[in-house]
Amino acid sequence: MSSEVKVIEGRGIPLVGNDIDTDRIIPARFLRCVTFDGLGEQAFADDRVQAKGEHPFDQPQYQGANILVVNGNFGCGSSREHAPQALAKWGIQAVVGESFAEIFFGNCVAIGIPGVTAEPTTVKQLQTILQENPQASITVDLDAMQVHCGDFQASVSMGEGSRQMLTTGTWDTCVQLLAQIDPIRATVAKLPYVDWDSRVVATSL
Amino acid sequence: MSARTLFDKVWDLHTVGILPSGQTQLFIGLHLIHEVTSPQAFAMLRERGLKVLYPDRTVATVDHIVPTENQSRPFADVLAEEMMQALENNCKEYGVRFYNIGSGSQGIVHVIAPELGLTQPGMTIACGDSHTSTHGAFGAIAFGIGTSQVRDVLASQTLALSKLKVRKIEVNGKLPPGVYAKDVILHIIRTLGVKGGVGYAYEFAGTTFEQMSMEERMTVCNMSIEGGARCGYVNPDEVTYEYLKGRDFAPKDAEWDKAVSWWNSLRSDEDAVYDDVVTFDAAEIAPTVTWGITPGQGIAVNEVVPVADTLPESEKAIAQEAYRYMDFTPGTPIQGTKVNVCFIGSCTNGRISDLREAAKFAKGKHVAQGVKAFVVPGSERVKKEAEAEGLDKIFLEAGFEWREPGCSMCLAMNPDKLQGTQLSASSSNRNFKGRQGSSTGRTLLMSPAMVVAAAIKGEVSDVRELMLQESVS
Ligand code: SF4
Repeated sequence: MSSEVKVIEGRGIPLVGNDIDTDRIIPARFLRCVTFDGLGEQAFADDRVQAKGEHPFDQPQYQGANILVVNGNFGCGSSREHAPQALAKWGIQAVVGESFAEIFFGNCVAIGIPGVTAEPTTVKQLQTILQENPQASITVDLDAMQVHCGDFQASVSMGEGSRQMLTTGTWDTCVQLLAQIDPIRATVAKLPYVDWDSRVVATSL
Repeated sequence: MSARTLFDKVWDLHTVGILPSGQTQLFIGLHLIHEVTSPQAFAMLRERGLKVLYPDRTVATVDHIVPTENQSRPFADVLAEEMMQALENNCKEYGVRFYNIGSGSQGIVHVIAPELGLTQPGMTIACGDSHTSTHGAFGAIAFGIGTSQVRDVLASQTLALSKLKVRKIEVNGKLPPGVYAKDVILHIIRTLGVKGGVGYAYEFAGTTFEQMSMEERMTVCNMSIEGGARCGYVNPDEVTYEYLKGRDFAPKDAEWDKAVSWWNSLRSDEDAVYDDVVTFDAAEIAPTVTWGITPGQGIAVNEVVPVADTLPESEKAIAQEAYRYMDFTPGTPIQGTKVNVCFIGSCTNGRISDLREAAKFAKGKHVAQGVKAFVVPGSERVKKEAEAEGLDKIFLEAGFEWREPGCSMCLAMNPDKLQGTQLSASSSNRNFKGRQGSSTGRTLLMSPAMVVAAAIKGEVSDVRELMLQESVS
């Protein structure tokens, strides 16, 4: 079983902007790899070059941060798990945002990283606090569904299923899925196409 | 039983059970893999000592990293070569069918599966690639997944998923001349926004889609993901069956008839209830071009780059960022913008009908001086068919390069890349910053016909004007 993810605390890193896509989180050229190792250094590679040291992922005050605070539609674009993997390898353990692209969100949960959503005003407030005081402590609490940052606190949301998977340590789905071998076989048995195409598959192999 | 959509029917049929988290365990009928998102999944299997549960329900090809000029092995790019070898070894070790380069059937995963008849109505289809939504054109529920999920499908042929809502997008009427499936989907995304589809499956319905060929339907479903929807589909009909019949993996003889009647039963019921319905009029859709850095930043080719003040509040910041990145002045026409590179290909528009349509406009013309234009067929079969029809000659004579099949400059993981701030007119699906291989490169999405128009004039042009000239001369 995977580990329980309930309360993540540490320091925050604000990343302002809507529609930050997976090509920006990890540009395609870094996907030429057969493991996820080493992706951390490439996170936001192109944005960082363009920001000439001013990108939060480069700024000294945010080194060692583990909670990323973003705006709307974060992680849109491709299904590459390399995106959350790159963030995770950089050190991110939770993401707070106005909204997430669906596949990205699922990919985060699949590797034990909660993505919680908050009101735009809350996100703004968090980003402002973290800009003014990068050392502020920040906590994402999946039991209470709250975020605390300095003196500020607000409620956050997450789909109940995903929340439970994280808090009960069942976010690694593989084991659960494999426990259902008999129901899987029963489902296959009632799919009409399995009959006809397995024959084609078998004969053309 | 109450009236249901195709989505409901296919979902229910593939439901293995409900997991403790409340998510559905869904059986996956067809799993497609490629070299980019599968090596780590196989590594996870190895680590856990798991096998592939149904190896004959997974099919592999190589597309993202393949060079489109010199394909001899080992590849010049050692990283690409390493990925290639990993896929070859994994397929061999786990008994997965693999359409390698030179097999005659290799190509972009979303082009070859329909071509082979692997993609069929009523299936659940998953692939570690967001444009898996393409396969919904057949009335399948098809979506992109991450690498941990690729591992789950390999190990259990199932996924843990939450059910989506269904939005019916109805487009009715005949498309005006010069307006293509690509314009339809760019128009839909422009209207509903890039996050409009989050949480939804899109059902594309109405007479416009009914009149479309399978390849056009694939273009539309392909870009559902750009609209935020994880999958999109069209109910199967005669057009679907006509396309499928006789393909390698399509059912044969008596089973064909059984299949057709089953497929018909899956269509959304007349009185099915949708979570949302949106309607468009085909006559109002124009040739569409993106001007910004998200696929939702589209305008009709004869419109101007929008002024931030006229945009909804939520769009203003990204518009400002787009002006800067694209180096465009708000309020100026997009038509006449100089282009450097013209790319025809990708899983959106790299099929035979796309190449035929593009060739129609390229015939007897020439690419403008200083413009690099190239055509990358979506698959080995598309390439062969195009060459049999002489399309390669038409393109070559017009000054286009004619390449080997692959993803190419859709995402530039191979040597095909923009340089510096070059501006590309592209038939692909994403105009994100840096998408085409240069971190400052700029992409304008449009239909293949519009890409040809841009290539010939050396600037963004209205394909309808080209059509007009044709009919006059
Ligand atoms: S053609 Fe482009 S969008 Fe399609 S699978 Fe290849 S890289 Fe992805």
